[in-house]
Amino acid sequence: MRTRERERHELSIPQFLRPKTISCSSLFAGVGLNNQRRPLSISPPDSVSLSRIKAALLSFFPSRALLSLSLASFLAGYCCNISNGRRGFPRIRSLHGSVALQILRLQKGQAPFSRSLSERRASFVLVGSDGRVVLDSSRARKLVTNAVATKGDSAAAISASKPGHELLLFEALQEGLEEEMERDPLVCVMGEDVGHYGGSYKVTKGLATKYGDLRVLDTPIAENSFTGMGIGAAMTGLRPIVEGMNMGFLLLAYNQISNNCGMLHYTSGGQFKIPIVIRGPGGVGRQLGAEHSQRLESYFQSIPGIQMVACSTPYNAKGLMKAAIRSDNPVILFEHVLLYNLKERIPDEEYVLSLEEAEMVRPGEHVTILTYSRMRYHVMQAAKTLVNKGYDPEVIDIRSLKPFDLYTIGNSVKKTHRVLIVEECMRTGGIGASLTAAINENFHDYLDAPIVCLSSQDVPTPYAGTLEEWTVVQPGQIVTAVEQLCK
Amino acid sequence: MALSRAASSPSRAALLKPLAAAISSSLFRRPISTDTTPITVETSVPFTAHRCEAPSRTVETTAEELVGFFRTMALMRRAEIAADSLYKAKLIRGFCHLYDGQEAVAIGMEAAITKKDCIITAYRDHCIYLGRGGTLLEVFAELMGRQAGCSKGKGGSMHFYKKDAGFYGGHGIVGAQIPLGIGLAFAQKYKKDESVSFALYGDGAANQGQLFEALNMAALWDLPAILVCENNHYGMGTAEWRAAKSPAYYKRGDYVPGLKVDGMDALAVKQACKFAKEHALKNGPIILEMDTYRYHGHSMSDPGSTYRTRDEISGVRQERDPIERIRKLVLSLDLATEKELKDIEKEVRKEVDDAIAQAKESPMPDPSELFTNVYVKGYGVESFGADRKEVRAVLP
Repeated sequence: MRTRERERHELSIPQFLRPKTISCSSLFAGVGLNNQRRPLSISPPDSVSLSRIKAALLSFFPSRALLSLSLASFLAGYCCNISNGRRGFPRIRSLHGSVALQILRLQKGQAPFSRSLSERRASFVLVGSDGRVVLDSSRARKLVTNAVATKGDSAAAISASKPGHELLLFEALQEGLEEEMERDPLVCVMGEDVGHYGGSYKVTKGLATKYGDLRVLDTPIAENSFTGMGIGAAMTGLRPIVEGMNMGFLLLAYNQISNNCGMLHYTSGGQFKIPIVIRGPGGVGRQLGAEHSQRLESYFQSIPGIQMVACSTPYNAKGLMKAAIRSDNPVILFEHVLLYNLKERIPDEEYVLSLEEAEMVRPGEHVTILTYSRMRYHVMQAAKTLVNKGYDPEVIDIRSLKPFDLYTIGNSVKKTHRVLIVEECMRTGGIGASLTAAINENFHDYLDAPIVCLSSQDVPTPYAGTLEEWTVVQPGQIVTAVEQLCK
Repeated sequence: MALSRAASSPSRAALLKPLAAAISSSLFRRPISTDTTPITVETSVPFTAHRCEAPSRTVETTAEELVGFFRTMALMRRAEIAADSLYKAKLIRGFCHLYDGQEAVAIGMEAAITKKDCIITAYRDHCIYLGRGGTLLEVFAELMGRQAGCSKGKGGSMHFYKKDAGFYGGHGIVGAQIPLGIGLAFAQKYKKDESVSFALYGDGAANQGQLFEALNMAALWDLPAILVCENNHYGMGTAEWRAAKSPAYYKRGDYVPGLKVDGMDALAVKQACKFAKEHALKNGPIILEMDTYRYHGHSMSDPGSTYRTRDEISGVRQERDPIERIRKLVLSLDLATEKELKDIEKEVRKEVDDAIAQAKESPMPDPSELFTNVYVKGYGVESFGADRKEVRAVLP
């Protein structure tokens, strides 16, 4: 935690105050422009004054945009160096590259590169292709250029400073699992083909050779009884992780999950706690057929006493896995069949996420889009289109399906006054339905429009590819819904 | 009194008994509860074994143990009958499954094991809870839904638990406790505890798939699990021959060894459980079928006479009642007089009445208790509904 805070602190120090070579791109502070590959921050007054110099030059030489920009950058860089007590002119090398990029943007009618998301609060200047300069920060804010947040913007910010390591989602789950097994000898895994086979989605690969057959237990195909066995073991203090090969198979264990897992802490008056983790992939895959493409979050959500979380990126997969294992409550961790091969860079240091927190994927102003698991990516795809059309959606990955993080969601609703829920769960009695009810109950006064909930259709998933595509929500539908909402 | 009195000559006994009694009661007779010299008794019927060697019919016991059996069984019987009248007085609501007639199973099992071994059973759990060390007050308070109950009034008749004594409940769904019991055994093997788990179920649950799934896993991994089928011959209203193609429940394990035991004989149960514990620690799971009987119906809503004749019930009560058997044994071995046993019963009756009176006085749970213990605290979740409106939880 402390390391992360330090990094955030470092990021807030203006770029040119750090003992590094100043480059032209510091003026424009774009992500990925400077050779340190770091989101930059410049204290607002300086940037405005520099931009004003630029603007002044441009107004004199409207047709000589190239010359004036180079000159402006050069002069501004020199001024910066002078103001910092350094000598010399700014490096030429990166000047041309970055200026060329700016020219391109101007030609397209777009603003020059603005700062990264984290600094959008500061005002910045919009320069049109005709050389007109707009200093109005509120209007400038509407035309957001950096549309799509990388998967887990906060993770990118953190991991960019400390290199971290890149891995796939199933490897992230495995890492989390292995770290917890190393840390606590009472943690064990049980499920079908988790041991010698390495897990049907390779989440438990290599663990059986490392920890033995009893700790990574290959069970026979008897979901009801091995889930019951896990619960019985948890009653004595063990911390089992039960893997369902597919969430749909856990329907066979529903009695154990509902009656024993969820209720034992209550009916025993607090004597027993059940620190079990039940995890498995669910959701619609690639033409897997109806029984293997079930969206069952809704089935489990009414069970009192359990917590439900859904992971969507390698970063939150590892964090949620660790949190679920450490939690003394029964946790159901929903993974998605199609997300196992997502790649992301995650921090090297150990981290655990909160089980009840939602993740702000992309802050915005116009509409709050609540989503989780795979639909997050459909939403982000739709967000790109929406941004190009001039909307500014706020995307929140709710992560915690039970209980909902009404704190984050509520603050967002109070800001945007419009809510769109995009989920893969069934329409009837799904997570979206409960969330709609919860938001209506708690934040009704803040809503300017009725909540729109896009969920998957109330049908068994068909095999045919085209039909399967239309079972789940597509980005086009999300765009249309936002347009309708924001009318 | 270290004599093994398989048969004592009646004439001598008749002459000397009053004198002996008078002398011994004043001089030689030590208080019956502390006499620990061993006595050997034979069980009523031999054991029937499947895939294993049956243990011997002769059981070692002591006077203290026998009188203790009598006392505890009398307590259990009294408690169950008191629960019956409380139910009819509408102080106990919902389901109430009574164990009278089956006390020998609870008592014999307790005598063979320690508190480190785990017991898990279905909903007929009042007496097993008492055997594991639960108090009468906790039992009656829980039955009446009071705060002083073992589950704080939130469980009810079918959810008695006692973690510190290794009693894991108390489960309402038929057969669902069997995988849990296998899980307990798994944890014992994992932690290398050298203890065993007893998973009790009835003849009705013996037809559940979960049982066979659990047996398969227990046998596969040699878990120290003992599955005990309390065969009272009726699954609610259905006789065993109408529900099971093969009512030989001890054989239904197929590759798992089994033993058939007279469940109305506390000493036979004790012997079988001791044997099973040794077996489970060495060789893996074993099934014990206890041939027992319940006098009451399945629960309080079932009169118990629509599917069996009253003659049958009274026949079993006369010939096989577990308390009567111990009483006869104690009297024949001259470990206590008729009067002493009657005193014990009176004492027990008073104890039960006191506990009921105390439980009636104890308060109902506080309304805030509705929301406690849904989640374990420490992760910041005390739920007031499914949605949390407060500041987010902080992970340690």
